[in-house]
Amino acid sequence: MWKWINSFAKPEKAYWLCDVLQNWFAAVAITGLIIGIVWGLGYAPSDYQQGDSFRIIYIHVPSAILAMGGYVAMAIAALVGIVWQWRTAFMFMVAIAPVGAVMTFISLFTGSFWGKPMWGTWWIWDARLTSQLILLFLYLGVISLYTAFEDKQQAGKAAGVMAMVGVINIPIIHYSVEWWNTLHQGATITKIGKPSIAPEMLWPLLICIVGFAAFIGWVTIIRMKNEIIMRDLHRPWVAKRFGGFEGTENAQGKQ
Amino acid sequence: MVALKSVFLKDVALAYRQRAELMQPLMFFVLVITLFPLAIGPSPETLQRIGGGIIWVATILSLLLGMERMFRDDFTDGSLEQYMLSPTPLYMIVVVKVLTHWLMHIVPLFLISPLLALFLNLTFDMYVALMFTLLLGTPLISFVGAIGVALTVGLHRGGVLLALLLIPIFIPLLIFATSAIESASMLLPYHSQLAIIAALLLFSVALSPMAIAYSLKVSQN
Repeated sequence: MWKWINSFAKPEKAYWLCDVLQNWFAAVAITGLIIGIVWGLGYAPSDYQQGDSFRIIYIHVPSAILAMGGYVAMAIAALVGIVWQWRTAFMFMVAIAPVGAVMTFISLFTGSFWGKPMWGTWWIWDARLTSQLILLFLYLGVISLYTAFEDKQQAGKAAGVMAMVGVINIPIIHYSVEWWNTLHQGATITKIGKPSIAPEMLWPLLICIVGFAAFIGWVTIIRMKNEIIMRDLHRPWVAKRFGGFEGTENAQGKQ
Repeated sequence: MVALKSVFLKDVALAYRQRAELMQPLMFFVLVITLFPLAIGPSPETLQRIGGGIIWVATILSLLLGMERMFRDDFTDGSLEQYMLSPTPLYMIVVVKVLTHWLMHIVPLFLISPLLALFLNLTFDMYVALMFTLLLGTPLISFVGAIGVALTVGLHRGGVLLALLLIPIFIPLLIFATSAIESASMLLPYHSQLAIIAALLLFSVALSPMAIAYSLKVSQN
């Protein structure tokens, strides 16, 4: 079993796995997003307080959840890469980082558009908003550290350390911000309480979350395939797999 | 032990001989704090309310500036490679280096802080709270910051990147430190905030030396 898992440390095997998974993720993402968004935006009942503007929840909540999830996935990949010296784990880390950063941005952006009609302001220094903003900064830190290095092997390790430092800090930041907010602002914020959501509203939301997760997986897989090919351009297996075109390039590269 | 002592003495001697470089972050610290009354207005009540926060923000920024040189000289002249080859574990050397650096940078900051408390019209209780939070918080900055320094030491334009990496990580410290000072201004007890900062400090002292040593190895490639 262990040996079988370890075989995916090889780029060749990882590429094969990406190929296998890609279509499954694509299928789940497309059906999930179409069903979830059409159901959510078109057919789910409107909220008795917020009217139709609550429907942004079908974009906002999945992206917010998966922004966090993406960071954790990135940090797990970094741990695997550092502990077991997997090159492919760093490739995964690099592949998912910008996707997660975009998700974080989408959740902030949609949250801001939801906040305007509900709270009457684009931005509030609410605990959740603040910690999401800091999460975006952490993502950007990892990405910019990675791009700062010429040697991508070294870059992967350095960014991996940063990702792990960040993931240890996320709970600390989250709770400290929550505590700070309650200390300074008290009851002035009318946070959206967590009303028990009606099942007709909940189902499309769950489908949307699954669809978003699969979509992130899909994009990450495509980016990861790219990354593998780019790093291994001069390896024989790439030439063999892509036939003559890469083969000639490979031959030229070796001369 | 002898090796650690000699690392300590060497770093102290180097820092002492490059006094100008030691003074620059301190000057920056004072200048940033001078800017705030000019920008916000000199009313003593306003300054008292935001004073603790200003001093803490300026502390973080100036320590970030000074931190850059923590491993830089050792990296360029090859001492770092010798540390890695030596039988003394790298993480112990790293602890000594971080502590020395903290000592050389924070003592001037402490010496100048009464002046700044006067500038910003802090009460005596706030000043005491400020001292306690600085005493507990600045080693935390040094230890966690050293991870970022170790990661960026091989890069040519590491300075801005360092700030980008580290500032988000110091947010919890900033929150607890300023809230301790705020509690002190209202004559409330602030032990809980100090306890949390101390807990964060112990946590970082326990874990960060390993991360710093690993990052230095990555940078040394």
